[in-house]
Amino acid sequence: MDWFPLYNSIRVAAAATALVFFLGVFAARFIAGAPRLVKGVLDVVLTLPLVLPPTVVGWLLLLVLGPRRPLGGWVWETFGLRLTMTWQSGVIAAVAVSFPLMYRTARGAFESFDETLIQAGRTLGLSDAYIFWRIQMPVCRQGILAGTVLSFARALGEYGATSMVAGYTPGRTATISTTVYQLWRTGQDGLALRWVLVNLGLSAAVLLAVNLLERKEGRSWP
Amino acid sequence: MALTVRIQKRYGDFLLDVDLTAETALALLGASGCGKSATLKCIAGVDRPDLGRVVLDGRVLFDSEAGVNLPPQRRRVGLLFQHYALFPNMTVERNIAVCLERSRRRARTAELLALFRLEGQRDLYPRQLSGGQRQRAALARILAAEPQCLLLDEPFSALDTYLKWELEQELREVLDRFPGPVIWVSHDRGEVCRNCPQVCLLEDGRSSPVRTTAELAANPGTVSAARLMGCRNCVPVRPGPGPGLVEVPAWGLTLRAAAPWREGVTALGVHAGRVHPTEAEEANAFPCRVVRVVEEGALLLAALCPEGAAPGAPSLWMELPRGAWKALPDRTRLRAAVWPEDLMLLE
Repeated sequence: MDWFPLYNSIRVAAAATALVFFLGVFAARFIAGAPRLVKGVLDVVLTLPLVLPPTVVGWLLLLVLGPRRPLGGWVWETFGLRLTMTWQSGVIAAVAVSFPLMYRTARGAFESFDETLIQAGRTLGLSDAYIFWRIQMPVCRQGILAGTVLSFARALGEYGATSMVAGYTPGRTATISTTVYQLWRTGQDGLALRWVLVNLGLSAAVLLAVNLLERKEGRSWP
Repeated sequence: MALTVRIQKRYGDFLLDVDLTAETALALLGASGCGKSATLKCIAGVDRPDLGRVVLDGRVLFDSEAGVNLPPQRRRVGLLFQHYALFPNMTVERNIAVCLERSRRRARTAELLALFRLEGQRDLYPRQLSGGQRQRAALARILAAEPQCLLLDEPFSALDTYLKWELEQELREVLDRFPGPVIWVSHDRGEVCRNCPQVCLLEDGRSSPVRTTAELAANPGTVSAARLMGCRNCVPVRPGPGPGLVEVPAWGLTLRAAAPWREGVTALGVHAGRVHPTEAEEANAFPCRVVRVVEEGALLLAALCPEGAAPGAPSLWMELPRGAWKALPDRTRLRAAVWPEDLMLLE
């Protein structure tokens, strides 16, 4: 059995989660404090990928990233990099689809954060960066952690947009989800079942790790 | 050292318009929702006034005309939040150390922990502290940042009443040692009278001129100020038939007042403690029926209805020590009196 899809799935999901973590947190921080109109408009735009079918997201991504499209063409000509049909394009697809989960959970956490802690920090002379990273983030860590896990799980299971943007090339862009589809389509049910079991094991491991992490974290301050 | 505040800020329909100067401890007294906390936030710089000027000890913190708006980090204004705003993810020690420079962090933290009797709690998190310990930790943290003035936002509102007295004495000690101006926001006149020599009333976002606390208690001037200072009896009044006389239609009484009538007076105020039972013939004595009696600790409050009062008229409250009440021969009917100098004419 070729283990590449497992490696590639984890690689894509981990890279996407790392990107989504920062993008989501900064978007959430910016929007939690934005004027109401800006907030309303941006919130809809940023959450849209959550409610759109993944294939629609994939199609929209191809519209921008394709080798003959403005962005994709420019990157190809300038850096010699393809933004489609590579494992990195799988990352882009996973980021687009899992971003709203991170953004929304982080925003919820920031909005329920006690504003007076920020104000107190500022009157005490603490820098805004210190207040954000050393007070707001730790206090909101439950929400941030939940958003990160949801994003990772979503990125790991992503199929629709990935299959359009990254395709299925064994040994190059194949992930567990695209492999299972391919195996089923070609009638290799036995191998498909193995991959399904691998996926189940992986998901269970992620959830278990989160539970352990939360329990340990919960003890650090009451 | 002085803190001068002259600011305006609009919040929807509400206009905050504050003009005051604090040199020692100044109480900002007002009902809830009148803009007291908003005023403190504007001074500390976490909220921005629309217009005006804030000057602390000659340093301009905010000036809308000159375009000056120092960030809170550079104002050196210590703000004690209503719920103390201790950082929940840091221990008491860390909460205090966080705003100290590294070189003197250890020594100064130890000093403050000792000063505020928090050595036993240094490794605890805010949620593990009692209300009083939280307040002390928050004060220690504020003093660590070496502010030039202190703003206290209802320092006791987050505490149980039985804790208040002792903590008030402790806070008083801290304030007595503090060299700069202090603004103490409160809605409790007792707290204000005990601790602040000066007071500024804030009504509906609008501040009144700063006065001494004693002067305000004796002569509040307006109905709302009288109520804030604890005056239980405020009734409509009109000029009486002769000089020095006023008429209270609700009670069917004509009374002699020491203060001269002035334009704009609409109400008569009498502190419940200044109404007393009498047997003698004296000015402003009148027969009453006792409607109800309320006990308040060692004091007793009697709701009186003057004979000749209009139906539905407000009661006249009389405050007596419990012993004096028990000594009365008849506790259903009595003659009540108010000295002319205790009648306050209010606008």
